[in-house]
Amino acid sequence: MNPTNYLVLASVLFTLGAMTVLLRRNAVIAFMGVELMLNASNLALVHLSRHHGDLQGQVLAFFVMVVAAAEVVVGLAIIVAIFKTRRSASVDDADLLKG
Amino acid sequence: MPDVEALAPALVAVPLAAAALLLVLGRAADRWGHWLAVLASWAAFVVGAVLALDLLGRPAEERVVDVTVGRWFDAGSLAVDAGIRLDPLSITFVLLVTFVGSLIHVYSVAYMAHDRDRRRFFAYLNLFVAAMLLLVLADSYLLLFVGWEGVGLASYLLIGFWNHRTPYAVAGKKAFVANRVGDIGLLVAMGLLLAHVGALDFASVDAAARSGALSEGTLTAVGLMLLLAACGKSAQFPLQSWLGDAMAGPTPVSALIHAATMVTAGVYLVVRSASVFDGAPTAQLVVVVVGAITLVFGAVVGCAKDDLKKALAASTMSQIGYMMLAAGLGPVGYAYAIFHLVTHGFFKAGMFLGAGSVMHAMDDEVDMRRFGGLARLLPVTAVTFGLGWLAILGVPPFAGFFSKDGIIEAAFVPVEGAPWRAWVFGLVALLGAGVTAFYMSRLFFMTFAGRRRWSDGHDEGRGTAPAPAGAHPVGTPAPVHHPHEAPLLMVVPMVVLAIGSAVLGLVLATRGFTTWLEPVTGHAEHEEPVLPVPVIIAATLVVVAAGLALAALRYARDEVPVVPPVGTALTRAARVDLYQDAVNDAALVEPGTHLTRTLVFADRAAVDGAAVGVGALTVRAGTAARRAQTGLVRSYAATTLLGVVVLGGVVLALGS
Amino acid sequence: MSAALDAAVLAPAVVMSLTESGRTTTGEAVLFWVIAPITVVAAFGLLFARKAVHAALSVVLVMISLAFLYVAQDAVFLGVVQVVVYTGAVMMLFLFVLMLVGVDASDSLVETIRGQRWIGWLAGIGLGVVLVSVVGRATWATPVGLAEANADSNPVGVARLVFGQHVFAFEVVGALLVTAALGALVLTHAERLTPRRGQRERAVARVRAGGPLTPLPAPGVYARSNAMDVPALGPDGRPLEQSVSRVLRVRGQAADSPGTLVPTTRPDGTVTLAPAGSAGDAGRRREVEARPDPTVGRDAAEAGSDAASDAASDAAAEGVRP
Repeated sequence: MNPTNYLVLASVLFTLGAMTVLLRRNAVIAFMGVELMLNASNLALVHLSRHHGDLQGQVLAFFVMVVAAAEVVVGLAIIVAIFKTRRSASVDDADLLKG
Repeated sequence: MPDVEALAPALVAVPLAAAALLLVLGRAADRWGHWLAVLASWAAFVVGAVLALDLLGRPAEERVVDVTVGRWFDAGSLAVDAGIRLDPLSITFVLLVTFVGSLIHVYSVAYMAHDRDRRRFFAYLNLFVAAMLLLVLADSYLLLFVGWEGVGLASYLLIGFWNHRTPYAVAGKKAFVANRVGDIGLLVAMGLLLAHVGALDFASVDAAARSGALSEGTLTAVGLMLLLAACGKSAQFPLQSWLGDAMAGPTPVSALIHAATMVTAGVYLVVRSASVFDGAPTAQLVVVVVGAITLVFGAVVGCAKDDLKKALAASTMSQIGYMMLAAGLGPVGYAYAIFHLVTHGFFKAGMFLGAGSVMHAMDDEVDMRRFGGLARLLPVTAVTFGLGWLAILGVPPFAGFFSKDGIIEAAFVPVEGAPWRAWVFGLVALLGAGVTAFYMSRLFFMTFAGRRRWSDGHDEGRGTAPAPAGAHPVGTPAPVHHPHEAPLLMVVPMVVLAIGSAVLGLVLATRGFTTWLEPVTGHAEHEEPVLPVPVIIAATLVVVAAGLALAALRYARDEVPVVPPVGTALTRAARVDLYQDAVNDAALVEPGTHLTRTLVFADRAAVDGAAVGVGALTVRAGTAARRAQTGLVRSYAATTLLGVVVLGGVVLALGS
Repeated sequence: MSAALDAAVLAPAVVMSLTESGRTTTGEAVLFWVIAPITVVAAFGLLFARKAVHAALSVVLVMISLAFLYVAQDAVFLGVVQVVVYTGAVMMLFLFVLMLVGVDASDSLVETIRGQRWIGWLAGIGLGVVLVSVVGRATWATPVGLAEANADSNPVGVARLVFGQHVFAFEVVGALLVTAALGALVLTHAERLTPRRGQRERAVARVRAGGPLTPLPAPGVYARSNAMDVPALGPDGRPLEQSVSRVLRVRGQAADSPGTLVPTTRPDGTVTLAPAGSAGDAGRRREVEARPDPTVGRDAAEAGSDAASDAASDAAAEGVRP
C-alpha cells in the first residue's frame, strides 16, 4: 500500500471536521468538528514523522494534543457560560459582535 | 549734586508703586487712597524739578544724560538695556506731566468726592502718570513702547471708568482699537529699525540716521510708520475718531490725558525721531499734510458742536494738528511744536477743568445751548476759563500768542524746491487761527455770556427766559439748576493753570525755551518767511479779531436758540464729526465684516466641509462594511475556509 | 482504559516497518483498509448525526481508530496518549457538557443563515479537492521509517526530545494547562447577584404572596381515585388542580376531573353528593392546556440540576399565578 494514503485519510477527516464547523449549529458539535480537524492534522504529523524517520513530528503532535486539551477545557467552559446566560447552545445565538 | 540722575527711575517707580498699592489694597484704601495718589504725583514732580535744576546747571552740550537702569533682556544678538534719557525734551515733558498731573490730582479729589470708586480712579491716574513718564523718559523705542501701551491702557480704563453705562464702555473700546491701529505702526517701525540698524535705542538710531547709513527709502518708511503711531495716539487724521467719544471719561481725565499729555505723545514721538524725519523729506511732507488736515478738520467740527466737552476735544485735535504741522516742518518747527505743546497743556487743561467746574455747577449738563450767563454765578471759573480762552486765541501777551505765532511763522518759511508749500501751509495755519478764534469764542460766549437758558426753579415769578417749549421731551419738566462755585480744591488748580496760561508763554519765550531744546532738536538757522514777520503777526491778529467779532455778534449779542437750528450742510456734517464714523464704517468696518463673513463661510464650506465630508464618508463606508460583520461565527469560519481554499488553489495552479 | 492497556501491551508485538521499496507491509495495509472506512464513516456520523450524543460517540470512534493508526505507524506513545487524553478525558468532558447543556433546537439540521449550507458544502468540497491534490501532486522521497529513531523504544525516543530539546515548551505547556483549568473555573463560576434566600425569607415571601400557607393536598384526597393524576377535592367539593404534579398538568396528562360534587335531593328525600354538569370542567381542562407554562423549556433544560431544588418556592409561585 502506498503510505500516502494516510495523508489522503487525514485530508478527508480534516475536510469533514471543517464542514462540521460550518454546518452544525450546536456549539458542542461544532467544537467536536474542531477537535476532528486537530486529530486529522495529528495523523498527518505522525505519518510524516515516519516518512522522514524523525520523531520531531510525533513530539509536535504530542504538544498539539496537550494544547488541545487546554483548549477544550476553556472552550467548553465558555460554552457553558454562554448557555447559562442565554439558555441556548447555538452558535448563531451568540452574535453580540454583530456590526 | 553728582548723583542726582540716580533719582530718575523713581519718577516712574513712585506713581507705579502707588497705583499698584491702591489696586491691591482694594476697598481697604478707600478712605485715604486718593491722598496717597496725590502725594505720589507731587513726589514725582519734586524729583522732576530737582532733575530739571540739575540739567539747567550744566553747560548746554552736557544736557543729554543717559541713565542705564539695567539689562532688560538678551535675545540672541539683540541685547536691550532698560535706560532713561534725561535731556531738555524729556525733562520738559516730565515737568509738564507731573505739574499739570498733580494739579489735576488735587482737582479730582474734590471732583470725584462722591464717586464710590474714587480710589480706583486715582490708581488709574497714577498708573497713567507712571506710564507717561516712562514713555517720555525711555532711552529706546522699545521702552518707549511699554510706556506707549501703558498710557493707552490707562486711557482705556479711564474713558470707560463709568463702564456701567454702555456708551462709555463702547467709547473706551473705540479708543483702544483706534490706538491699536497706530501701535501697529510703531511696531513695524521698530522692526524696520531693528533690521536696518540692529538696535532700538535713540542714540544708535540717531547716529545711524545722521551718518547716512540708512537709505532715504528706509527712513521714509520708518517715518511714515512712526507717523501712523503718532496719528493713533494723538487723534490725527485719519485716526481721529476716538477723541470725541473719549470725552465719556470723567472730566479730569479729559483734561489730563485727552488734552494736556497723552494725546501729545504723538508730537513727542515725531520730535524725538527728528533724526529720522530730517532724512526723509517725503515723510515730513506727509506729517505736515496730516497736521494741516487735522487742524482744519478739528476747527470745523469745533464750530458745530454744542457739547461743551466735545467742542473742547475738537479744539484739542485742531491744536495738536498745529503741533504736528510744526513738527513736520523740521528743525524750524520742532521747538515751536513743543512750545505750543507746553502752553496748550496749560491752557487746555485749565479750560477742561473749567468745563468740569461748569458741569459740577450744572449737574453734569454739557449742552452749551442750555448754559448762558454763568459768568455772574461762577466768576472764578469764568475768569480762569477766559484766560485760557485768550491764550488759545493767541491774543498777546497770553501764552498761545508766542507759541502759535511761532508755528504760523515757521509755516511760512519757504522750503527749497517747493515754494508752494510755504504759502499753502502758512495760509492754512493762518486761517485755522481765525476759525479757532471763532469757535472758542462761540464756546465761551455760549457758556458764560448772554442770557441764561436754564431754569433755577423761580423763572415764572421773575419771568425771565422760560425754557422754550420743545426743548425737553413733552411731559418732563426742564431740569432745575442751582449753579454754585466749585470747592477750593477745584478752584486752586484752575487758578494755577490760568496763571500759567497767562504768563507761561511770555516767560518761556523770553527765557529762550527754543534754545533750551536745541540739544535734542538741533539748531535751526534763522530763515526769513515769505512774508515779513510783522505782516504775519498783524494778519494773524486781524483774522483772530474777525473770528472773535463774528462769534460775539452771533452768540453774545443775539439770542442763542436752545433747539439747534437745522443749519447748513457743512454744519450738519460737522455736528456728526464730518461723517468720520460713517466713513470708518463704510471703509473699514463693513468690508471687515464682509471679509470675516466670507472667511467664516469659506471655513464652514471648505475646511469644515472637507473635514465633515471625510468623516461622513468614513461613516458611510463603515455602515457599508458593517453588513459584513454578521456576528455569526459560522459565517466567519466559512469566509476563512473559502480563503484557505482560494489560497491553496492559487498555490496549486502556480506550482504546476 | 482497557484500550490503552491493550495498545501498550500490543505495541512491541506489532512493530510495523516499511519494506525496502518504501511501501507498507501487507498487515499494515489490511489494518488501514479496515480502519480507514470506519473512521470516515464515523466522521460523517459527526457531520450528520441528529443527536449530539451520537455525534460525540462517532468522534470517540474516530479517535480510537486513529489511535490504532498511530500504533501502526510506530507511534506507540502517541497512540496510548490519544486514547488516554482524547478518548478518556476530552470526549468524556464533551459528553458531560452535553448533559449539562441538554438538547435544544440548535441540534436541528435546518439551516438558518442564508446561503451558509451552499457555502459550507462548496468550501468543504473545495478544501478536500485542494488537500488531496496537494498530496497527490507532491513528489515523495523514499520513506525512511522509524526503526532507527525508535531503537530504544518509541517512548524513550519521544521523551529524549520532549525533555531535551523541547523542555522549555513542555514547561510552558504545563503552565498553559494550569491556566486553562483556572480559566474554566472563572468562566463557569456563578456570581450571586441577589442576597441568599434563607428559610425566613422564603416564609416571609410566601405569606406576602397570599397563597396557601399549608402544604398542598396530595392528589387523590377525597377524590374518587387516589391515583397520581387525579386532583384532590377541597372542602367545597371542587377539585384542586394544584394537587396534581406540575409536570403532569403541563403535559396535559392529568386525569379528567371528577367534577364538582354538589348536594342533590333525590326524589325519595335523601340527599347525596353528585357531580355537577361536566361541561364546565371540560372547559377548565382546555383552559389549562391552552396556557402553556412558560417555565417548561427551562424545566427540561434544568432537569436533574435543580428540579428538586425547592418545591416549596415553586408551590408559592404557583399560588401567585392566577
